[in-house]
Amino acid sequence: MRISRRILAGLATASLAVTATSCGGGGTSGSFDDTVTVGILHSLSGTMAISESTLVDTEIMAIEEINAAGGVTVDGKSYKIEYIVEDGASDWPTFAEKSKKLIDQDQVPVVFGGWTSASRKAMLPVYESKDAFLYYPIQYEAQECSNNIFYTGATPNQQSEPATDFMYKRSPAKGGDFFLVGSDYVFPRTSNTITKAQVKQLGGKVVGEDYLPLGNTEVAPIISKIKKALPKGGIIINTLNGDQNVAFFKQIQDAGITPSNGYYVMNYSIAEEEISTIGPEFLEGHYGAWNYMMSIDTPASKKFAKNFKKRWGSDRVVADPQESAYNMVYLWKQAVEEAGTFDDNVVREALVGQKFDAPQGPVEVMPNHHLSQTVRIGEINAKGEFTILEETGVVLPQAWNQKHPSSKGFACDWTDPKKGEKYRL
Amino acid sequence: MELLLDSLFNGVAIGSVLLVAALGLAIVFGLMGVINLAHGELMMLGAYTTYVTQLIFKLPIFKPFYNSYIIVSIFLAFIVSGVVGILLEKTIIRKLYGSPLETLLATWGVSLILQQFVRSVPLAYGTGLVVSLIIGLFLPASFPSKIKESINFKYFKFSSWIFAALTGVLTGSIISSSISKLSRASARNVDVTAPSWMRGQVEIIGTAFPKTRLMIIIITLISVIAIILFLNQSAWGMRIRAVTQNRQMSDCLGISTEKVDIITFGIGSGLAGVAGVAVSLLGSVGPNVGGNYIVGCFMVVVLGGVGNLLGTVLASFGIGIMTDLIGAGRLLSIWPNMPLPLSNTINFFATTSMARVMIFALIVIFLQFKPTGLFPQKGRMVES
Repeated sequence: MRISRRILAGLATASLAVTATSCGGGGTSGSFDDTVTVGILHSLSGTMAISESTLVDTEIMAIEEINAAGGVTVDGKSYKIEYIVEDGASDWPTFAEKSKKLIDQDQVPVVFGGWTSASRKAMLPVYESKDAFLYYPIQYEAQECSNNIFYTGATPNQQSEPATDFMYKRSPAKGGDFFLVGSDYVFPRTSNTITKAQVKQLGGKVVGEDYLPLGNTEVAPIISKIKKALPKGGIIINTLNGDQNVAFFKQIQDAGITPSNGYYVMNYSIAEEEISTIGPEFLEGHYGAWNYMMSIDTPASKKFAKNFKKRWGSDRVVADPQESAYNMVYLWKQAVEEAGTFDDNVVREALVGQKFDAPQGPVEVMPNHHLSQTVRIGEINAKGEFTILEETGVVLPQAWNQKHPSSKGFACDWTDPKKGEKYRL
Repeated sequence: MELLLDSLFNGVAIGSVLLVAALGLAIVFGLMGVINLAHGELMMLGAYTTYVTQLIFKLPIFKPFYNSYIIVSIFLAFIVSGVVGILLEKTIIRKLYGSPLETLLATWGVSLILQQFVRSVPLAYGTGLVVSLIIGLFLPASFPSKIKESINFKYFKFSSWIFAALTGVLTGSIISSSISKLSRASARNVDVTAPSWMRGQVEIIGTAFPKTRLMIIIITLISVIAIILFLNQSAWGMRIRAVTQNRQMSDCLGISTEKVDIITFGIGSGLAGVAGVAVSLLGSVGPNVGGNYIVGCFMVVVLGGVGNLLGTVLASFGIGIMTDLIGAGRLLSIWPNMPLPLSNTINFFATTSMARVMIFALIVIFLQFKPTGLFPQKGRMVES
């Protein structure tokens, strides 16, 4: 077996090399004075391709919109944005490698990229050592604050904390016990540590928790545990990833764990895209928490959804990660225009305090390189969209979670050289 | 009582998924000694067959029979995976008998090709290709022997392949024009929805059981019984057993070993297709679905004892029951007052991830004492 494993590894590398293709973007420049090339780095092959390719589509759409409106104006000169798309191939070291290529060889001033926390952790040292800048658009577990990364997704206090609060105080299962289920990797475990601390503060009880190894779809033992721990219904917090949700929801419905029997599932990883894959009939009556939901009834939100469908096909949907990806391209453009240069170090300072009228409502870049955002709680309906039940005001991001035992009392501020990555409040 | 029943049912349910997935491999790996890493992808083809069948049964002509699509898809999946398996045997594996390492690499390559195939070829044309393979392989074989013996048979063979290709193209274009979901290639996972009579629960002796799980158990039982009857009662079954025990001697006695190899491999692959139908009821169907099961399959076959079906059956139910006992922390509810250190240990392993670790550890320990598995093959083998 030793020989075969080595050969397998070799073949795996070879196949990755074949699939890792790159392609240039942009077209003829019209009335622009110059061009600037940015990097886009997401998985276009492998397991994450389904999710990450939607971000590439959104980023390209944002770049095209900016170009159509006259491009980026720096120092009185108008620049057309061109882009290089690289494939991270759902393989974390590849993300680091491609980042090096984009920074050193293509000399891009900024890279928009990443989805999984694992890919971000792999890229982080590259950007820090080369003093380059990565824009990362996904809701994540926080507990990180890099001077070289700009995070436009939600931190736990902008997603899971208001959601837990809603479930315990105002959902049909209010006051009920909690069961936590997630995939076995960093995001669910960190998120659930925070949830457990919060439930304790609220006076509730977490009666069980279980993690499914990635790729495993056998949820029968988890179902029997849920039934044992919550015999009369209760609250389930779900942080399962991707396909595992399909197995989970199909099987809990068969096992009678449904809203009509008093079981309500709050999901942190299920957006409109995932609802259409799993099937709304399995998810109806359960909940989700996001900053952006396609059903937001504002002109900005409708325009975003309409433009996306017009550009990529009428059957496509937009969801929270895409909205974050859209925002970050615009925020970068604004920061560059204010800085008057593409130089990272100047842009970084100009970035903090940038405001943007995003599809979700106004957002603002905070000194900890995260965004202030609105949090929404929605119930999944038969059409496969969210019926928005609650909307918070603007919530400030906490890079270091105030409920997680290891980071309580810490914060991050990159505008003050004395504070930096992690300082005591 | 209820607890025991529930636990037993869960164990059997988990075990039967393992068993149905491993059954085909038990034949291919166990009887023929071929390490087929594409076994998971043959399962995937079965799962995709279910998906395509489901969509075809949604067409107006078949709509009245929609509820029975899952039964039809079991047979179709067997045929589809079986034919792909036969093609695989005829083109690649036949040349590599007796060199396990090369077989392992070649079949792994095939598994990658199959994965990429479902990603980048529209399923409608994939269906067309499979249809032409089925016709091309079986039409010449169905001619009366008088024609087969005539000199012109190769023309018949040739023209039947042309006919097969045309039918395939026709099927592909009919499906792609009538079902838009199948006309575009997509790497996205798709979803099989069980017909309404298979959703929900059924109550037996006061305990509610999910119907899909019962269905999988029934599929598994029927497959196991059918395969045991086939191997032990039919003439071909006897030939297969003869060839696996002593290939040269069987050859001398006039058994066509070539034919036996094809049939054995075809049946093993077909069973993988049936397993694909079963797993499509549990989760989503995607290019990687087979990869999730392949390790479990090999584990079951090795633990049961290579070449022994009874061992495979016991091993999968054993692993299923253990998974449920450990993973759901059942021992605690059976014996609530156990001493603290023991109950802490049990609680520590009572998560799905840790239960897996524990089961693999137990298997490793078991194989230290019985390296050939539960029921090692007895009798004289040429290779040993």
